[in-house]
Amino acid sequence: MADKAILYDATRCTACRGCQAICKEWNENDEIIPTKQNGVKSENRGSNENPKDLAPNTWLKITFNELEHYGKVDWLFNRRACMHCTDAACVKVCPSGALYKDEAYGITGFNKDLCTGCGYCVEFCPFDVPRLEGSTILGKTKMSKCVLCTQPSLNRLDAGYEPACVKTCPTDALLFDDREKLIAIAKGKVAALQAKGFTNATFYGEKELGGLHVMYVLNDTPDKYGLPVDPKFPATATAWQDIIQPLGWAVGGLTILGLALNYIIAREAKMTKAIPGKKEKK
Amino acid sequence: MTNHWNDIANSDCILVMGGNPAENHPASFGHIMTAKDRGGTLIHVDPRFTRTSAKADIYAPLRSGTDIAFLGGMIKYIIDDIEKNPGNYNMTYITEYTTSPYLVNPGYKGPAELDGLFSGYAGGLNETDAAKRTYAKSTWAYVNDDAGIPKKDKTLKDPNCVFQLMKKQYARYTPEMVAKTCGTPQKTFLEVCRSFTATGKTGKAGNILYAMGTTQHTVGTQNIRAYAIIQLLLANIGIAGGGIQAMRGESNVQGSTDFGLLYNVLTSYLKQIVNTDTTLQKYMDRITPTTKDPNSANWWGNTPKYVVSLLKSWYGANATADNEFGFHYLPKPHTGKNYSHIALFEAMETGTIKGLTVWGQNPAVGGPNANQERKALEKLEWLVAADLWQTETANFWRRPGVDPASINTEVFLLPALNSYEKEGSVTNSGRWIQWRYKAGDGPGEAHDDLWMMDKIFKKVKELYTKEGGPGAEAITKMDWDYGDEHPDVHKVAKEINGYDLTTGKLMSSFASLKSDGTTSCGAWVYCGSYTEAGNQMARRDPTPDTYNIGLYPKWAYAWPLNRRIVYNRASVDLDGVPWDKEHPVIWWKDGKWTGDVADGGFPPINVDPKATRWPFIMTAEGHARLFGSGMAEGPFPEHYEPWESPVKNPLSKQQFNPAIKVWRAAEQGTVDKYPIIGCTYRVTEHWQAGQMTRNLSWLVEMQPEPFVEMSEELAEDKGVKNGSRVIVESARGSVNMVALVTKRLKPFLIDGKTVHEVGMVWHFGYIGLAAGDSANLLTPHVGDANTMIPEYKAFLVNVRKA
Repeated sequence: MADKAILYDATRCTACRGCQAICKEWNENDEIIPTKQNGVKSENRGSNENPKDLAPNTWLKITFNELEHYGKVDWLFNRRACMHCTDAACVKVCPSGALYKDEAYGITGFNKDLCTGCGYCVEFCPFDVPRLEGSTILGKTKMSKCVLCTQPSLNRLDAGYEPACVKTCPTDALLFDDREKLIAIAKGKVAALQAKGFTNATFYGEKELGGLHVMYVLNDTPDKYGLPVDPKFPATATAWQDIIQPLGWAVGGLTILGLALNYIIAREAKMTKAIPGKKEKK
Repeated sequence: MTNHWNDIANSDCILVMGGNPAENHPASFGHIMTAKDRGGTLIHVDPRFTRTSAKADIYAPLRSGTDIAFLGGMIKYIIDDIEKNPGNYNMTYITEYTTSPYLVNPGYKGPAELDGLFSGYAGGLNETDAAKRTYAKSTWAYVNDDAGIPKKDKTLKDPNCVFQLMKKQYARYTPEMVAKTCGTPQKTFLEVCRSFTATGKTGKAGNILYAMGTTQHTVGTQNIRAYAIIQLLLANIGIAGGGIQAMRGESNVQGSTDFGLLYNVLTSYLKQIVNTDTTLQKYMDRITPTTKDPNSANWWGNTPKYVVSLLKSWYGANATADNEFGFHYLPKPHTGKNYSHIALFEAMETGTIKGLTVWGQNPAVGGPNANQERKALEKLEWLVAADLWQTETANFWRRPGVDPASINTEVFLLPALNSYEKEGSVTNSGRWIQWRYKAGDGPGEAHDDLWMMDKIFKKVKELYTKEGGPGAEAITKMDWDYGDEHPDVHKVAKEINGYDLTTGKLMSSFASLKSDGTTSCGAWVYCGSYTEAGNQMARRDPTPDTYNIGLYPKWAYAWPLNRRIVYNRASVDLDGVPWDKEHPVIWWKDGKWTGDVADGGFPPINVDPKATRWPFIMTAEGHARLFGSGMAEGPFPEHYEPWESPVKNPLSKQQFNPAIKVWRAAEQGTVDKYPIIGCTYRVTEHWQAGQMTRNLSWLVEMQPEPFVEMSEELAEDKGVKNGSRVIVESARGSVNMVALVTKRLKPFLIDGKTVHEVGMVWHFGYIGLAAGDSANLLTPHVGDANTMIPEYKAFLVNVRKA
């Protein structure tokens, strides 16, 4: 079966955020309502963008970025969620097999039951996507992220439907199809944008990390949209999975050392990752 | 809408003004994107750079309330260009289909001569005497020939022809004047003119999309008149991808308007009966237009058929020729008296109105000058609110800052069902009446509107029958039979469609309605929606139309007569051949019209000069009106400043609309205290007064509280940081909101002076999951001179740190 993918055309997105709402509704993720009723004051932080960040129950959010480019003010919207990389660092470092490459669709699947909450995926993701929920002290921590609507009993893809976010999009800013087909469409779109004067228009995701399963049509360079320009598979992830972890299993004592080492490496990797900060408003 | 949502995809250029479809009509943007995919241009004119602007090819900022200055500038640009390059315009359309060649009374004078006023004004410049703020319109008239038909000069050279009079008035609207008045950079303004005016070429289609940013002004109706003038000069009315589209803010607001929601009309836009209409005949004579032109269809000449059929629908067997079909049962508003939203709340405050039923509305949040309106509710003896949730209006008696013990109003809340919990029709902006089925049961004791209305009606009828009272017969004689337990919605729909009372069969078209009492019809434009062939509104056949322009004639039903594009007779030349053969709406072939349902069905002008009728069948002239003599403040739109404005009118000495009613002169803010322009609007995430969205956690999460958008320049002036709290105040009230400091709002340069504008969302209130101040605490009780729609979009405020 051919790999499936989502193509997000930022130039068609009106940031209506139907996708953001339906993602929670379909996947039964509670909304973070920082309401007064819950004892937490609700908050607008000087932006249309909300909630502030991805979270265990926010797998998808639309970002808003004001800037001046091509000689005028613009408002760029972007879709932030799991990119479903072909070379997925999270899968590589996952010690329990909870994260895996789905053979049917090519996406990065996740079996929550197997997740031990170790957090390596969080540390190694080049796009800063996975989030941890629950309590570390009680040992009930779990990771959470977009699984492209393939949760057991809520699996839209197996039922022959497109993901909920794609279904809800009124402008076809989101398309779901065979990855190869979408690549051809995206290339046509970017060429059209360049012909229209958007000289920096970019097709993002074709080659990055072996090919993403969420690809982007942008009217400028990826950094303007808050995307890493050249995301890399972290070398430390390879070191962890292929060398340190087996060694650890063999030499029990080393595991602890490995963990410590990994922690240090991951911290380092996280701090040096070239992900631009949120661009909306400081 | 003249056209419909899908048809937007056929446009070569879309001008969105006074609207924000990306945020407030999100689904429409799919059609706009399709037009763009096909090479179309999107222009957005708005005080703020919004999510719509972000998708536009051209964004032009303009100061709130200066639309006519901008549009007048466009009219001047077009008229100048028509004279220079007539080959770029459809001159046949302009001279044969519009009133541009009509000669006007030589006594008529316009703002170019009278410093902003038109001839016939009772008062002087900036008149303050309310009785004199009105026009005698005798000079706003055509010159007729001996047969009583208006004289025309098809060369458009006569100085008294409509075309030349327009030219004279708009000569003052130069690009410099537009820049000086609107704050729009000249270069951007001219770019808009060039792009949109290019659709004047035969075969090109330009579309105007508007919403409340156009209408909610003291000159709201004239703003739309200006669109009409532009679209007629560009031959854009009646064609695919053209027209003027009112983007409705609620799914069924078109339907509610069709059914006489407004105080000045009955169902299907029949004019309201008033107390001076002492007989049915007098009423019908007053509201039925006449013409001496044998080639004018003058469709409204059929008015008596629609009126009598409506009375038969209401009073059934009780309506007979002998009792003027029950005409005298009806309550009759006082002539000249205003019963609009503002007027009702003013009357509540003075105690004239004692009881109020608020159905799916929340004026405590959505009404202008909301402090006044909340207070006015206190004067009521009783209030009934029907809604899905607890609303601010139903809870006005325990709003912050008041003592419930001091309020004696008895309040009832009727829990209602939402649209998915009941069966019925919804009419969209494009006049498509679409039948919906019930998807599920509602909670608790919630009932649908029809059930509630039926129960209330029956109880009121019982009481009137027992006790009598003024106007009792209006209720007791009413023909009301939709079933005993739950009223049958199909019975209602059939009654709306109407019956041939002789045969008992459902009517198939309003063309067969009669004025002798042998037919009934609850809303003549809906006649044909539910026929002997079945419920036409429930049709779901996606077969394309003859010319495949997206009409889908077998999907649902569009009024009138399933016509998808109104005024479509103007889409063809004098021989009935489409101007745009790539997108034909109708086409005269083999002795008949093909394509969409042709307006009136008369043969083309050259085919049968005798039997033909001019294409604009709804005007008495048969031609599209460029000269609107029925308007309150002048036959052509003229720029006046909003009631509250920091700017002296650059175009004339008349500061604001000379014909508006000023309700609360003492509450007019002055520039020294309130130097900043305020504007209110909605966002994607919330719906109107918030009843339906401020209780939905997903939406509350995305937009948790009210905010005020301001430029970086103003924020720096006021020492306001992004995300901090500010107080915005007007002469009516003050609000506390989060400051959203943005590059997307820029100060306007008006005649060399910096003028700031802020924008606020108005969805919020004190009930529900998300609470906060409504921007309507700031808005004034002042409205349009013709419709009294409130001015929500331009008023004066000040801003300070909280």
